[in-house]
Amino acid sequence: MSAGRQCSQWLAGIKASSARIMLLAVLTLGAVAGPAFAVLPEEQLADPVLEARARKLSQELRCVVCQNQTIDDSDAPLAADLRGLLRERLEAGDTDAQARAYLVERYGDFVLLKPPIRPGTIILWFGPLALLLAGGVGVFLYWRGRSAAPTLSPAPLDADEQRRLDALIKETRPS
Amino acid sequence: MRRIAFIAPVLIFLIIAGALAFGLGRDPKILPSMLIGKPLPAFNLPDVRTGTGGKGLASSNFTGEPALLNVFASWCASCRIEHPFLMRLSREGVPIHGLNWRDKGDAGARWLDRFGDPYDRVGYDPTGRTGIDLGVTGAPETFVIDRHGTVRYRHVGPIDAQVWTETLAPLMQQLRAEP
Repeated sequence: MSAGRQCSQWLAGIKASSARIMLLAVLTLGAVAGPAFAVLPEEQLADPVLEARARKLSQELRCVVCQNQTIDDSDAPLAADLRGLLRERLEAGDTDAQARAYLVERYGDFVLLKPPIRPGTIILWFGPLALLLAGGVGVFLYWRGRSAAPTLSPAPLDADEQRRLDALIKETRPS
Repeated sequence: MRRIAFIAPVLIFLIIAGALAFGLGRDPKILPSMLIGKPLPAFNLPDVRTGTGGKGLASSNFTGEPALLNVFASWCASCRIEHPFLMRLSREGVPIHGLNWRDKGDAGARWLDRFGDPYDRVGYDPTGRTGIDLGVTGAPETFVIDRHGTVRYRHVGPIDAQVWTETLAPLMQQLRAEP
């Protein structure tokens, strides 16, 4: 009886301490592990300045395979190729704009997560603003129309209507 | 004024419905090619059967007659599906050149040995660099090149009988008629 009790206490102790160890392990791992990037260590350039430029550029470029990821985030093999290509261009002395233009030449404006302002992208850039303005104008006109409308006071009841109203009120009033 | 209040919501609904219907009809995965109407970017690739002294594939091979440039890889399942149809086109005498894209070692060559080779020439592009120059986003992709080496069309995904008869065959016929 007491052995069983001791045993269960001992088990409870193990449970508590293993939970503590787990928690500690998770916290330690969480602190040690950095954020996960798709950029592999062997892809990175030795020159930290160039590497920083490459990282910044690749965060502005869209992966053409998984289209809502940047090539910096994407694990797609083509994204890795593009990251490599970008670094090659920078090492060869391209400016950021030249490296960007190199990819735009091949994949179009689509690779830019921030598309340039052009006739074809005017709706994209200014459409929401235009909708907001149109809505604002609509609301303004509506409110102005309301406050300008003459407030009509209802015509007074005649004797007959008054009698019917009194009858109705009497009918519905709880007794 | 009263009438506008009734018509405006209907108009707004129609505009939104129209925009959505347009959006539903297109596949956002297919990017427009930047090469249409432009000459094929310059490349000169070794043959997919490396070391056999094969012909290889260069951008200069695309002159004289309209031809297809098919991007394929041994790891690409859709290419396997497309392959029998390319064999049929090849038997019918349609000139097709292949770009073996991002394949390791002799994987592409073995793939062709195993399933058959529908291509006149096959270039080997293990780094995928030529594919990037072509704006390739995946395999299979097929470019239609006219007799002057100008890219005229790009098809994304496998070619099947429907794509061929509805789109590519009429285009090839038109290109053959061009001077």
